[in-house]
Amino acid sequence: MPATNAINDIPIKTSGGGSFDFTTGNDVPILHEIGHALRRLSDQDESTVIDLQAIPMAPGEEQRILQLLGAGEVKATLDALGQSEVAETTYPGVWTVIHRNTHGETVGKYIEITRCPDILCSQDADIKASVERIGETLSELEMKLSGGSA
Amino acid sequence: MTDHRTVGDILRGQGISRRGFMKFCAATASMMAMPPGMVPAIAQALDNARRPSVIWLSFQECTGCTESLTRSHTPTVEGLLFESISLDYHHTLQAASGHAAEQAREQAMHENQGKYLMVVDGSIPLGNPGYSTIAGISNIDMLTETAAGAAAIIAVGTCAAFGGIPHANPNPTGAVGVSEIIKDKPIINVSGCPPIPVVITGVLAHYLTFGTIPELDKLGRPKAFFGESIHDRCYRRPFYDKGLFAETFDDEGARQGWCLYKLGCKGPTTYNACATTKWNAGVSFPIQSGHGCIGCSEPDFWDGGGLYRPLSATTADIGTTALLAAGAGAVAGAVAGRLNKGAKSQAQAQHEKLTVEDIEES
Amino acid sequence: MTETDFLNWVRGTGMQIALTVFLVGMIYRLLENYLIGRKKSLAEPKGDEWRHGLNTVWRRSLLHSNLTTRGYFTLVAGYIFHLAFLITLFFFAQHIEMFKSLLGFGWPALPPLVITVTAVLGIVALIAVLFHRITDPVKRMLSDFQDYLTWFLTFFPLITGFLLITQSSLPYKGLLAVHILSFELLLIAIPFTKLSHMVTLVIARWYNGAIAGYKGVQS
Repeated sequence: MPATNAINDIPIKTSGGGSFDFTTGNDVPILHEIGHALRRLSDQDESTVIDLQAIPMAPGEEQRILQLLGAGEVKATLDALGQSEVAETTYPGVWTVIHRNTHGETVGKYIEITRCPDILCSQDADIKASVERIGETLSELEMKLSGGSA
Repeated sequence: MTDHRTVGDILRGQGISRRGFMKFCAATASMMAMPPGMVPAIAQALDNARRPSVIWLSFQECTGCTESLTRSHTPTVEGLLFESISLDYHHTLQAASGHAAEQAREQAMHENQGKYLMVVDGSIPLGNPGYSTIAGISNIDMLTETAAGAAAIIAVGTCAAFGGIPHANPNPTGAVGVSEIIKDKPIINVSGCPPIPVVITGVLAHYLTFGTIPELDKLGRPKAFFGESIHDRCYRRPFYDKGLFAETFDDEGARQGWCLYKLGCKGPTTYNACATTKWNAGVSFPIQSGHGCIGCSEPDFWDGGGLYRPLSATTADIGTTALLAAGAGAVAGAVAGRLNKGAKSQAQAQHEKLTVEDIEES
Repeated sequence: MTETDFLNWVRGTGMQIALTVFLVGMIYRLLENYLIGRKKSLAEPKGDEWRHGLNTVWRRSLLHSNLTTRGYFTLVAGYIFHLAFLITLFFFAQHIEMFKSLLGFGWPALPPLVITVTAVLGIVALIAVLFHRITDPVKRMLSDFQDYLTWFLTFFPLITGFLLITQSSLPYKGLLAVHILSFELLLIAIPFTKLSHMVTLVIARWYNGAIAGYKGVQS
């Protein structure tokens, strides 16, 4: 009997990711929390952030929650210290914010119930830095133009 | 040489935008197990935090804790945080060696007297000091000398926290954890073999951000990460509650993901963040991968009778004990029985009467 | 001594000590009694000893119409307690793992929900019999220190075990160690107290039946 066949004779049974049909039951409470937060946003303009990484969930459960919320009209990619994805779900006011580092590892996973996640908006310090930089860029350009015409 | 820049300055100096910084703060809050509402407070604190000097001492260790922390050199949040500190001494990571390295340590200690953070991994031998030395200095001397001017000490890993594997039976070197030696400085025990990387950096982040020690449990571990047992946060808990256990590592129960109690899981008596924070950036943790918790963040877990022995099972050698005990009982009983029979025969022969006192004797 | 040290000790040395005392004690006690020997009867046997002995073991276990209220209560509450206690002890999966480590073999377990019910029943019945012992004048007069001691030694494993499965906020590791220790204390007490009835009960009843059978009277 050739030895090479023996390796292939070893039965290997792999379990696919989808066959594990088990829940912690945490999805319904999270949806309730989102519901309450949406009401607060609608009535009092108050924002809420839920840290998904702080809640213990069975494998696949988080995916189910995000699938339930779905993908809405807005999808934005951030390129700051790695990629981040900010997307509105099919429920306007409910956003998902996923932060990744330059290694592609997830460092933050949030559900934000807000008009627009703060991280999308331009930040004050950066705007101030822009004012300076555009001033410098303009003066450089003017110097080049005046230098060129001379 | 003391650095007067703040953590915010350093990050900005590396060309990180405010948006990037806010993302960094959000990730840090998550890492510190703090609610997202704390992010603005963290941002403000980090903006103004002075870059602390950190002296890292490695004693009787396997370097697993340093490995756990410093996995890559590309800017991850952990990496950035690490760069925000001024790591003035780490004899595994530093470029300098020998006298130059020791001089750097002494200089850092002198310049930051009373303010530097001390990180220790590895246990300290109380036996012959020759068991573990660095540059000819014994561990215990280096520890006590460096601890004298430290603001706080972080004992990273079960070895530094509780003695770890060198402390296990028969403990030939007399190994102990930091808190057995240093009694007059605040000590944060970040136990685990190794600890989850984000737990180490979470504690560092807390200290950087707030300049204080996080709330600790009675073993000196930060409650944010060690407050719950694995059992209480385990996703397989419903199987435990229903009495569905895997009997071997590859039976039907194991494939269905049932509870691993019978395979030696120490989840009920172990406190750590593995079940929620997990490992490798939240990918998995031992139980999810089908292996019971070994209890690596608890003191003396190596002497718990074996990794695969269930918590309710005895760890003693029962066979020999039972045999010897039964034998001893039989011999003693036989002797006593014979004596009793002799006494009875004698009583009969002498026609002794039975009295009330005899009956009451029990 | 840390909590872990304590737990490691009760699981190891503690169990060895308890088992040794239990085995030495029980075997000694049984042998020293058995080897006294029985008085040889010179009369003709009027019935089979063994059959009558076993008959009495069975009959004395039943509830019978001649019982007083006190006797009825004692028997019923006693049965509930014993059954609940034994089911909890022998059919909880985690306990079976312990027996497996002691005996080398195990057996199927009952669902944890059933065990929760039996644990509660055991505790309630045990409290009921203590209450009766304290309030009933006859029982109170007959009771001595040993009776109350053995009650506490039996109660502690039940109550600590119950607290463990109900996810109370008590520190789990320390409570588990105390639970195991309470069982070990019970084991040690058995050869020296009335608790040895768990073995001698059957022997005593058989003996009574055998005498009656030999004499040819009802057993």
